[in-house]
Amino acid sequence: MTETLQRPAPAARAGRVRLGLAPAPFLAPGMIYLIVFMAVPVGLLAFYTFFERGRFGGIVFEFTLDNWVKLFEPLYLGVILQSIALAGIVTLLALLIGYPMAYAIAGLSPKWRTVALVAVVLPFWTNFLIRTYAWILLLNNAGWVNQWLQGLGITDAPISMLYTPQAIVVGLLYMYLPLMVLPLYASLQQLDPSLREAATNLGATPWRAFRTVTFPLSLPGALTGCIFVFVPAMSNFVIPELIGGGKTIMIGNLVRDQFFEARDWPFGATLALLLTIFLVLVIVVQSAVSRRLTEGPRRG
Amino acid sequence: MTTAPLLRVDGIRAVYGDTVALHGISLDIAHNEFFALLGPSGCGKTTLLRSIAGFETPAEGRIEVDGEDLLRMPAHKRPVNMMFQSYALFPHMSVEKNVAYGLESDGVGRAEIRSRVAEVMDVVGLGALAKRRPGQLSGGQRQRVALARAIVKRPKLLLLDEPLSALDRQVRSSMQLELKRLQHEVGLTFVVVTHDQEEAMSMADRIAVLRDGRLEQLATPQELYANPASRFVASFIGTANLLDGTATATGVEVPGFGVVDAAHALRAGSPATAVVRPEDVELSTDAATGLSGTVVDTYFLGGASTISIEVPGITAPILATVHGASRVARGDAVGVRFARAAAVARGAGAASVTGDAAATASADPATADAAQEEVSA
Repeated sequence: MTETLQRPAPAARAGRVRLGLAPAPFLAPGMIYLIVFMAVPVGLLAFYTFFERGRFGGIVFEFTLDNWVKLFEPLYLGVILQSIALAGIVTLLALLIGYPMAYAIAGLSPKWRTVALVAVVLPFWTNFLIRTYAWILLLNNAGWVNQWLQGLGITDAPISMLYTPQAIVVGLLYMYLPLMVLPLYASLQQLDPSLREAATNLGATPWRAFRTVTFPLSLPGALTGCIFVFVPAMSNFVIPELIGGGKTIMIGNLVRDQFFEARDWPFGATLALLLTIFLVLVIVVQSAVSRRLTEGPRRG
Repeated sequence: MTTAPLLRVDGIRAVYGDTVALHGISLDIAHNEFFALLGPSGCGKTTLLRSIAGFETPAEGRIEVDGEDLLRMPAHKRPVNMMFQSYALFPHMSVEKNVAYGLESDGVGRAEIRSRVAEVMDVVGLGALAKRRPGQLSGGQRQRVALARAIVKRPKLLLLDEPLSALDRQVRSSMQLELKRLQHEVGLTFVVVTHDQEEAMSMADRIAVLRDGRLEQLATPQELYANPASRFVASFIGTANLLDGTATATGVEVPGFGVVDAAHALRAGSPATAVVRPEDVELSTDAATGLSGTVVDTYFLGGASTISIEVPGITAPILATVHGASRVARGDAVGVRFARAAAVARGAGAASVTGDAAATASADPATADAAQEEVSA
């Protein structure tokens, strides 16, 4: 083992050194933790999906496929599709708002860049329930937004904004926008400025330089940001509950309700597993696309 | 040089915060000239290049290409292309796409783009690599792509920022010859920025030596070498024995050594330095002719040898270059005569470097012997 450590294998690809089993002692604690607290619960979840529900919760060990069939009932299918749609809209908006933000921050002087980045992550220092309640204060019929709108004479009567799908989108967007900005900022900031200069020097207008050089090279960061937003947005259940008023349920609420309200553990497990599988697939696709995008920048 | 210059730089002053990068640089560059901006790092050569390309805005001065005011044009409209030090190849595009980028920006037709890209790829010898990504190329190949991309638009002026610094020594010397060939072949005007005097000397028609944002001397390589305008130029270009003293009517009086004969226009009695190139130091074995010294060391470099001689009265050893292997050995007493010397004024700024009688362009032995090879060539 020591030998492998000292002598990098000649076949190792540029920039990568094969170390054999050497990293095992370093990897083991984390891997064991992940296996125990990730693989085991997910395995248990998968196991539950094939059994009957108990009357007061729990599992009755009689094999059935009903739980999987039930997913395709219009009621549940609708919620699943709606979750995907809402999380997708939130991700798209986060990208549209976050990209210019990240681009602007990357262009600031080092001092102001730090200030801007701190401002971006500042909300994370406050409990998210408190921040969500703040949105209720803002959006309800007697809330600040409605007061301002009426005060400015834009509307006569309050607009009901709270407890709508739009309110959920606003809440999720607010919650996860920093997770879009940070990876985007990182990828824009590490771009060699001479690439843009080269484009300019070759006659590209600022817009063309952005479109053909800066933007394509920031795509891996954008994809990472999209995943960072989409994954938690899709499985969030607190915001739909509080700001969405529980009317527009997302899959996260559904899972929670199955376990705690309906006491249908097997079906709750099925929904949770479906969500997990779906999100893992999204991440796999993302990393494959991202690898293809970054194939170029690898330096020998 | 009878016609109007292609590039005219007039009184360019550049300032960063409270440091002045360029103190009013003026120079003209002729059509089809291979011009070098040479100087140590921080001398302002890159700032000047970037000002011409449009990435820096000088505080004062004028830059003209063919009589057109460059500073009024945005960077993307200037008839100037640049090869970047880092090459700045677009990593997400194939070699072909990289080269075509400039033509596409100008809206050139697709058929013409294809033929011009193919043509320029042939010129730099890259035809077979058209579909590769920059990440899959070697350093030398990337450099060729960067060059192809910069010349495909046939710019009036091609700027090269340290074009060879990222290459290893062997590739570098072959690329030097190739750049020179290419410049003749495509008939462009090249302005190359470099800190490597050997590179500048071997490629350029004329060299501007910059130091601390000021133009120290602008001349042909031969002139720079034979008649340096300052002690700095003498020490920066090639290898030189520098003997500090006082100007006299016929040369430079070096304390504890005597008068070194050199033609000059300096005022008698002013501080001066005699510059003696190692190949102008003649050695004799009889030790009877005037000066004498002791051989400290000999370095065999193949075609030539450098002999280091300790001469009483002078702190640093005198360096001499002879053809072939040295016929003297360490410890031998030898006679020393200077066949030719130049004299330069020694300004107040040169005070920091007085005391060393011999200065080489670089402390790095590899560069030093490269300089030596050139001396013997």
